[in-house]
Amino acid sequence: MSAASDAAAPAPPAATAEFVRAMRAFPTLLRIGVAEVVAYRAEFLVWILTTNMPLVMLALWHAVAADGPVGRFDQTQFTAYYLGVLVVRLATSNWMAWQMSMEIRDGTLSTKLLRPIHPMYTYAADHLSAIPMRILVVSPIVVGLIVTSWGRLVRHDPKLLLILMASLVGAWLLVYFSMVLLGSLAFFVDSAMGPFELWIGVHAIFSGYLIPLEVLPGWVRGAANVLPFRFMLAFPVEALVGLLSPEQALRQLGAQWLYVIVTGWLALRAWRAGIRRYAAFGG
Amino acid sequence: MARTLQQTPLGFAARYASLFGVQLRMATLAAMQYRVDFLVRGVIAFLWSALTLIPLLVVFGVRQQVAGWSFAEALVVVAWFTLLRAVLEGAVSPSLTAVVEHVRKGTLDFVLLKPADAQFLVSTAKFEPWRIVDVGGALVVFVYAFHKLGHAPSIAQVATGLVFLALAVLILYSIWILVVCAAFWVVKVDNLSYLFGSMFDVGRWPIDVLRGVWRGTLLMVFTFVFPVALMTTYPALALLGRLDAKTAMLALGGGILFAVIARRVWRRALGMYTSASS
Repeated sequence: MSAASDAAAPAPPAATAEFVRAMRAFPTLLRIGVAEVVAYRAEFLVWILTTNMPLVMLALWHAVAADGPVGRFDQTQFTAYYLGVLVVRLATSNWMAWQMSMEIRDGTLSTKLLRPIHPMYTYAADHLSAIPMRILVVSPIVVGLIVTSWGRLVRHDPKLLLILMASLVGAWLLVYFSMVLLGSLAFFVDSAMGPFELWIGVHAIFSGYLIPLEVLPGWVRGAANVLPFRFMLAFPVEALVGLLSPEQALRQLGAQWLYVIVTGWLALRAWRAGIRRYAAFGG
Repeated sequence: MARTLQQTPLGFAARYASLFGVQLRMATLAAMQYRVDFLVRGVIAFLWSALTLIPLLVVFGVRQQVAGWSFAEALVVVAWFTLLRAVLEGAVSPSLTAVVEHVRKGTLDFVLLKPADAQFLVSTAKFEPWRIVDVGGALVVFVYAFHKLGHAPSIAQVATGLVFLALAVLILYSIWILVVCAAFWVVKVDNLSYLFGSMFDVGRWPIDVLRGVWRGTLLMVFTFVFPVALMTTYPALALLGRLDAKTAMLALGGGILFAVIARRVWRRALGMYTSASS
């Protein structure tokens, strides 16, 4: 146990040196990640296919909107929205919490701790390297989005396009850090699966994954606008399908990055606190 | 695997019944070990059920009827869904997820060596008793829905409903067995339960909402290929007295066919198992 946790708690002054070291190792890590995704492509595909709920919701809202729009949303808007949800979700989602909880419980985390770079970098590389495969999966949906709702997408306003790009990066980081935070729970309780399930439920409602936030009744919408979940999904989607004005988008971008910083800080704290308790079962 | 059984059918049944009792007791003991988890999960199961109602409330907040279903009728579907999900995640999914792990690690050997049917053993290996909370939730939704409808279902309708419950559980279990069998061919598929769960989520809605998609292709898929419709919409129709006898018979036949196929495939898949070096 002690060898593992010593390796994981580097002295603070070495942080920049470690960053440099990590950056040097990053290309290799990414290559390994890509190889892993290709090797376990069945598992990867299964994860992707799990994201089918937006299509069901789309079918449902189509049935609902058949006799008139719901608020700002008519059938075309629903199509654009849910395809946007699929694209953003597939680009930014990851299953870190699930992976961390497994690795902490069965002790495979130890091998990551023995490496001379922080496991956060290893994990990040793991998930970043899935992006090429994800682009492959997402591209047909993007084509579908362009074919069905070209007129609704942001394409004239360069400012909005920039905000969209930044919001996607922000969403990726926010999801990543929240997952680390959630996965760190596995250090403290025997099984973090319970909180993970609750997370999925709360996220589904408040991130706009199931229902566009605009369509929600007042009190839920109020909560959704304040909670961090909308910045993981709904915000980039709304920016993409042209539901936001540049001013609104900019304000939300600020809020999003604030959340990124706070969650990142919390995640690292939780990881630090947790790693001290880590007892590396098995081997 | 069940070759050692040269007893009477009655002795056979009694043996498996007592085995089932033992497995259930062991599972409960194992689940009670993680007491915090047990409590947290009970609470979460309840919260989750409540959350799943929000989309329904939103949709019926803007429309009186969707695809020919009123709010109260759709609630009956939700109640079936909640009930079946309790069965799925309390009794079916935990044990079968363990099989995938067994196959990957090669520990299925220990199960195969035991003098009882392997499918029976792996299917009853694990239960999650706290899912009973969901069953309670489902009953509450049933009562509320029929209260809103203003009439209780007749005895005959309840009886048909119960037959369909049995059928739904059978289908659920059979599909799960089929999914698990995939693990014998492609080894690393331990997240299949998530995929299954997300497909099953479709059952939360009356299947008619899919009628308009791609000229009903999706409707076909969820009725015949991955028959979620048979598990939630048809039982709801039976309980509401809207299911005709012919459709009911066809559904029953289809369900049984599914079970037979699943058993066949399981035997086949078991033949593929080559253990793992350790």
